[in-house]
Amino acid sequence: MAAEALVCKECGRSYPLEARYVCESCFGPLEVSYDHAQLDPAEARRKIQAGSRGIWRYADFLPFGERPRDPLEPGLTPLVRADRLAERLGLGEVWVKNDAANPTHSFKDRVVAVAIAKAQELGFETIACASTGNLANAVAARAAALGLDSYVFVPSDLEEQKLLATGVYGTRLVGVRGTYDDVNRLCTQLCEARPWAFVNVNLRPYYSQGSKTLAFETVEQLGWALPDRVVCPIASGSLFTKLGRGFREWIDLGLVEGELPAFNGAQASGCSPVATAFEAGWEVCKPQRPDTIAKSLAIGDPADGVYALELARQTGGAIDAVTDDEIRAGIRLLAETTGIFTETAGGVTTAVLAKLADAGAIDPSERVVAYITGEGLKTLEATRESFRMHEIDPTIEGFEAELEPVATR
Amino acid sequence: MAVTVKIPAQLRSVTDGEGEIEVEGTTVGEALDAVFDQHDDLRERITEDGGLRRFVNVYVSGEDIRFQDGLDTELEEGDEVTILPAVAGGE
Repeated sequence: MAAEALVCKECGRSYPLEARYVCESCFGPLEVSYDHAQLDPAEARRKIQAGSRGIWRYADFLPFGERPRDPLEPGLTPLVRADRLAERLGLGEVWVKNDAANPTHSFKDRVVAVAIAKAQELGFETIACASTGNLANAVAARAAALGLDSYVFVPSDLEEQKLLATGVYGTRLVGVRGTYDDVNRLCTQLCEARPWAFVNVNLRPYYSQGSKTLAFETVEQLGWALPDRVVCPIASGSLFTKLGRGFREWIDLGLVEGELPAFNGAQASGCSPVATAFEAGWEVCKPQRPDTIAKSLAIGDPADGVYALELARQTGGAIDAVTDDEIRAGIRLLAETTGIFTETAGGVTTAVLAKLADAGAIDPSERVVAYITGEGLKTLEATRESFRMHEIDPTIEGFEAELEPVATR
Repeated sequence: MAVTVKIPAQLRSVTDGEGEIEVEGTTVGEALDAVFDQHDDLRERITEDGGLRRFVNVYVSGEDIRFQDGLDTELEEGDEVTILPAVAGGE
């Protein structure tokens, strides 16, 4: 196994690969470190291409010795060239990574697959999480598939679709009267006294590794090449920063040639602590109380906010925010031009892409990848009243009267 | 004001294993200083240049002090001051 240790991102102190997420010296977050000294890039590429049809083809870059048993393998989702979207926005080359095409219809299946495989290896029998919805779906489904007990904690006012698509798996669904940040604090406290694997608390260093697979797939699907720019939603900032880490690892190891893409982060105005800090030039984020239809991004106190800010600044990117109306328009724009129906988070990403294009921030020669992280059926409310159904009697006359009035015939 | 300061598991190696410490203080800053007087190593672990380190969150009865007056947040008799790592969570 190439994974070596857990290392503090702040002070560099290292710890064994166990269920631990915070440095005891400085309280900084821990991250998995690897030793790839023996890696031959050409051989690594061949091994990947001969691997499974999902994220475990990248097992050598994840904290495992071998591919775990997985009845619900996520990954290898479509990367679609979106020419009609590009044309509408006046851009040259736009790709959409449709990560709704995962077992529970969001990118969360990737991180949960890695976290739960590690939890099983460490001997945990109960899985838990604090979630804004997509993670809840992914944890409940995977725990069911593997026969593990699970507790899923969410804000009680979540979209009904996300609650239904969690409870159905037979998990203990706990609706907390409060915001995601309240749920997160509660889970951090519960985690201390219970022998459970909270995928995004005590297993967070492993969990976040799963997001790197989105970068690996992008490179592979572009023919072992890099995008010039990526647009990615930010909630805690974990996906955004690990996407950067994935590209960085493969550039450093010689699996792909080129520079890190420019990183553009996308937030909703109603919960934009990272975009606000970017705009103001701050190094840290000031927490906010969320009020947005993009509930899956409604984290007011983003754990990886500082690292997201660093990445956007280092790569010549930016972090922008869009209003609820722009989010609804973003959902429509993506659906109309690509046939992909995304949830509100994907509306945020598409709307930020449109905003950047409109502002002339993207050169038409750039190859841009937009990350669509979840499925539109999970947030149906956001599309209500965005179109009108033609209701008619079952007659030719009825049809013609409604859709082909004499004047237009 | 008698208050309880709750110490997270990751810091109990410097509080002789204690998870709850009773102190006197009228603000969060005073209460933490009173805890540091008993366990000096804790000061270095969670503060930097007179403020809290960036991955340390402090709550008074469940409410993040950054939504209140930070270390100047006033305390009432019996309040619970909870220290937690900020690196958890994330969708």
